[in-house]
Amino acid sequence: MRDEYYFRTEGLTVGYDGVPLIKEIEISIRRGEILTLIGPNGAGKTTILKSIIRQLSPIGGMVYLDGRSMQEMSGKEIATRMSVVLTERTKPELMSCEDVVSTGRYPYTGTFGLLSKKDREIVRESMELVHITELADRDFTRISDGQKQRVMLARAICQEPDLIVLDEPTSFLDIKYKLEFLAIIQKLSRTRNLSVIMSLHELDLAGRISDKIVCVRGDKVDRYGTPEEIFTEGYIPELYEMTVGSYDELSGNLELARVMGEAKVLVLSGNGTGTGLFRRLQREGIPFAAGILWENDLDYPSARALASEVISVRAFASISMAEKRRAMELIDQCTGVLCTLPQEKFGQMGEYGRILEELWVYADRQGKIVQR
Amino acid sequence: MRKTNRYLLGYLILLLLLAIFLAVNICVGSVNIPLSEVWNLFRGAEVDSMSTDIILQIRLPRALAAAILGGALALSGYLLQTFFHNPIASPFTLGVSSGAKVVVALIMILFLQKGYTINSLAMILSAFVGAMISMGFVLLIARVIDKMSMLIVSGVMIGYICSAITDFVVTFADDANIVNLHNWSKGSFSGISWDNVIVMAIVVFAALFCVFLQSKPISAYQLGEVYAQNMGVNVKTFRVILILLSSVLAACVTAFAGPVSFVGIAVPHLVKSLFKTAKPIVMIPGCFLGGASFCLMCDLLARTMFAPTELSISTVTAIFGAPVVIFIMIRKKKDRAE
Repeated sequence: MRDEYYFRTEGLTVGYDGVPLIKEIEISIRRGEILTLIGPNGAGKTTILKSIIRQLSPIGGMVYLDGRSMQEMSGKEIATRMSVVLTERTKPELMSCEDVVSTGRYPYTGTFGLLSKKDREIVRESMELVHITELADRDFTRISDGQKQRVMLARAICQEPDLIVLDEPTSFLDIKYKLEFLAIIQKLSRTRNLSVIMSLHELDLAGRISDKIVCVRGDKVDRYGTPEEIFTEGYIPELYEMTVGSYDELSGNLELARVMGEAKVLVLSGNGTGTGLFRRLQREGIPFAAGILWENDLDYPSARALASEVISVRAFASISMAEKRRAMELIDQCTGVLCTLPQEKFGQMGEYGRILEELWVYADRQGKIVQR
Repeated sequence: MRKTNRYLLGYLILLLLLAIFLAVNICVGSVNIPLSEVWNLFRGAEVDSMSTDIILQIRLPRALAAAILGGALALSGYLLQTFFHNPIASPFTLGVSSGAKVVVALIMILFLQKGYTINSLAMILSAFVGAMISMGFVLLIARVIDKMSMLIVSGVMIGYICSAITDFVVTFADDANIVNLHNWSKGSFSGISWDNVIVMAIVVFAALFCVFLQSKPISAYQLGEVYAQNMGVNVKTFRVILILLSSVLAACVTAFAGPVSFVGIAVPHLVKSLFKTAKPIVMIPGCFLGGASFCLMCDLLARTMFAPTELSISTVTAIFGAPVVIFIMIRKKKDRAE
């Protein structure tokens, strides 16, 4: 019977020198799927990957590749199915990028490793695929980290695997290369039906590219599922045992810790105009209150993360007297009131505009409006 | 195809050097013999008997030994550099030569005292045992210390300990035959017989052939162990093969010529610069040819510079080899700074 999954672990336990680090790992991936490991530093993502690629021998459990137990497969059988991109910096002497890429043909060449015409063709294609054709003759040790990473990817591709394992492939890359790199991975998984297992530090990117996510925490896989199942509210701070700041699972936004204490300033905002100011107040160490925000307002997540109090209204509901009254109380209590929405446009804002106008006048009477 | 031309040119240069040094080594010495006479000898023409004796009994075996052992040494260095990913690893710096030396010295003295002579194969065998013991220590240290420079320092220390023991036993082993042993323990190609040459040729060429067969996994190993494993190399077996082959080669050299310094580092480096590649399939024959020429040149100088006094071979190889090592280290430092 053919296995539905291309790669599958069964009760896999991994660790060093016989000491189990992570137990009972059950993950599976179909052809063309992308699986990402996330979790705190030192949680053992790399240990799992090392065990998958057989750099470490598993302490217990089974690993199946292409429907067969990896234990029973020869080095060459595995090499033609799975290739790797590692974090380990290699410094091969006097090798051009093309030389490095062509080492991927290793499982296919003869006794002396000489490349056939077909091998060269595949090397060329792989280099084209990751856009490094122009680097072919450059010395591998003298190119940038981003380029090296792509060369190593081309090497892995030219091994013609069905599964590619990458350990934190985006760590040394700047944002442009991160996106480019992941775009290539996604393209490969779609066009070549390539399965991908990787670890990523960037949660936002993990949530976007992965079909499945494995969360590694403590001595086990804490959660395993689709990004929608993983990124539920409040899970990420729990996974990483975050004690300062916050993470917004939906947008992937990080915020630093809020300033504690009674609000000194009230910020009236909405539609994303307030977020910048919230962060500035946080930097300057001024506790503030924010309002009046619908829970689906762009400013709401950052306000909730940073403000000592948020006057909020359920999404799509209308603002009631209670919220207006609370805003006025806060105006009485604060030393200043800031408004990030232009006063001259209040007229075009319907119900919210009228309330803002009212609050503005109320604050102005007390001389608390701070002009920006 | 530009590369292929470079390789061909490189080999041409190496072969030419080898031919020239071989010829000069045969012709030059306390009695100079013109090349034409050597040519006549090999053609089978009439040559005076003294020249014949000098060429056939002294110079030719010595030159062949220098060439074969030089090649073996360079190759052994190349393998160890690959194994440890360290450009200044060699049988000499890791103490492997000295380990071989001490066991050979002990065995020889033991045999000589009992009145036996020791044959070539037994010498190689005892050298191999010594080399493996030293190698064992180096590998143990390598497991504890992951810093490469410290590995070399500990290798040099092992070398000193072994040399001290050898010196000690050589000094106190009071026998007429020990004079020879003394020369040998400092490193020398003198006193090589045809019997020796045949045995060393068989061992070294067999090892060379095996190394050449390993050129594919060596190329994979250059990217690092994990990548090599993922490409399907059985890393454990491969590492054992590498250690065995480099030890056999180093042991063979030590058994016949004693410890010879720096060839193992300098030659692979020079050959690499000549070919501008580290591809094993090019480097393996290149190192062998380069090592052969290098040792022929050094032996020529050792014999002739202060004739009739003969210098130890390591004195000469060090003069040419040590600057290369210093150069490598400076360049490595510079690379890291960039």
